[in-house]
Amino acid sequence: MRFRTESSPHVIPAHSVGGVMQQVLMALVPGTLAMTWFFGWGVLVNVLLGVLFAVAFEAAMVAARKRPVMATLADNSAIVTGWLFALAIPPLAPFWVTLIGIAFAIIVAKHLYGGLGYNPFNPAMVGYVVVLVSFPREMALWPAATTLPESPLTLLQSLQTVLTGSLPGTQEWDAVTRATPLDAMREGLVSGRTVGEITASPLFGTFTETGWEWVGNFFLLGGLYLLFRRVIHWHIPVAVILGVAIPAGFFWLLDPDSFASPAFHVFSGAVIIGAFFIATDPVSASTTPLGRILYGAGIGVLIFVIRTWGGYPDAVAFAVLLMNMVAPTLDHLTRPRIFGRTRGGPPPGDGHA
Amino acid sequence: MNPTLTDIIRDGLWNNNPGLVQLLGLCPLLAISGTMVNAIGLGIATTLTLLLSNVLVSMIRRHARPEIRIPVYVLIIASIVTAIELAMNAWFHGLFLILGIFIPLIVTNCAIIGRAEAFASRNSVPRAALDGLMMGLGFTGVLIALGALREILGQGTLMDNAHLLFGEWGHNLTIQIYPSEHGFLLALLPPGAFMAMGLLIAAKNWIDQHTATEPEPTAEESRAEASETS
Repeated sequence: MRFRTESSPHVIPAHSVGGVMQQVLMALVPGTLAMTWFFGWGVLVNVLLGVLFAVAFEAAMVAARKRPVMATLADNSAIVTGWLFALAIPPLAPFWVTLIGIAFAIIVAKHLYGGLGYNPFNPAMVGYVVVLVSFPREMALWPAATTLPESPLTLLQSLQTVLTGSLPGTQEWDAVTRATPLDAMREGLVSGRTVGEITASPLFGTFTETGWEWVGNFFLLGGLYLLFRRVIHWHIPVAVILGVAIPAGFFWLLDPDSFASPAFHVFSGAVIIGAFFIATDPVSASTTPLGRILYGAGIGVLIFVIRTWGGYPDAVAFAVLLMNMVAPTLDHLTRPRIFGRTRGGPPPGDGHA
Repeated sequence: MNPTLTDIIRDGLWNNNPGLVQLLGLCPLLAISGTMVNAIGLGIATTLTLLLSNVLVSMIRRHARPEIRIPVYVLIIASIVTAIELAMNAWFHGLFLILGIFIPLIVTNCAIIGRAEAFASRNSVPRAALDGLMMGLGFTGVLIALGALREILGQGTLMDNAHLLFGEWGHNLTIQIYPSEHGFLLALLPPGAFMAMGLLIAAKNWIDQHTATEPEPTAEESRAEASETS
């Protein structure tokens, strides 16, 4: 029997960057398919365009920075950025929205800061916020949630709409698009109606609009898969969801007529996909256990605050970007104690060890 | 110590540009550069202030005691800005309403008191006047570049509202580059101003790097030299 003596490192990381990103992409599939089912082929068209643009910009920027192009593309991070961006924008948004958003995400938010691992902000969310504040009209084009066979647009028609920016034939935008549940809730509360009156409309199912609920459930499925594969840790998603639900629940108990229920908040808009896929971005999130909890809770509370008293119906992107700014400080303040030392003890390697 | 006249001109317009290199007066620079006409208006007002304050400060440079020089400079600058504000209110009232608080705020533009302290208080009147003019033109240049960039991206026009500055015939100066319904709103918002400013600074540094007569050794080359000699 031979005892092999191997040199260090003895513990090899289980995941490469490319492998982790591949798991994330797999976990995005069920939610993406659910979105396609409820919101039409435009979702798939946009995901395809987003990934295509992201990889193209990534390749161009890596080449311009004189780095190995193929090796960098193999980390799959550009694909994840493009995919997440495409899920965030309305399915029928014209292609140039995706082009501009991805350009900002990859060129400005990622490579001007030094590429993957150096970006302080989540690139997909930077791209999304840029188009959200720049093109409010295009970013409101959410179609009504139906099922795919009843969808007003076929695959080819969706492609045509995305590429030309206008609906085929005689269809009108007003007939195709509809307010999202968050829009409806916001408008309703502003115009003085109670939550009960708003949710009584056929738009709403158990918690929020039926389609949105199921999309959230399928993203939750993907998120649980990531947890199971230990690609992400539980701290951030749990903290985000509780960060939304606890303040929402508090205000809902105080005044259920003017504040939507916590279940509505958690299952509307982008909270689930944000908690599992966006806030957990390993580069721009906090990295210590306590830091992750604070980071996630901050995102959750900000989502609720901006939704309730802010100027936009949904706030996941803003909350994530704001907390990205805080993440380095959180990491610094929540460093775990080094084994064998007191918390305020001297740093390692000063002769006392 | 005593810069030549060419040095003064080159410093103000390029090498030591108040906007791109000294990064002074960023508040009005970023806030007012939404359109080119605003930029020109504020640029002219700032240039006038710089010119006059440099001349006056240079004239009293032997009389003001060093202990109280800064309050004296502030008084001089504030008087000039007040005069300019009144003049703009009278002759360019539309523009005055748009620029609003940023005209009186020229007082707080660090570029002005900076030039008074760093240059005008140590140089003769003509040289101080030239410096003030060149620094002002440099600042105006950056303002105009920023204004043009943001106006084109943000609303697809150039020289919109030009009648506020040039009278009625100014309507003809407005150029519609593309239909404004798809304007890139971010460019008109404060973040767009910061990004455009960053791009301008990057462009200046890029030009400087590529026009340097003697290329400076890169970090690796100098390290290689150091290891050879050691």
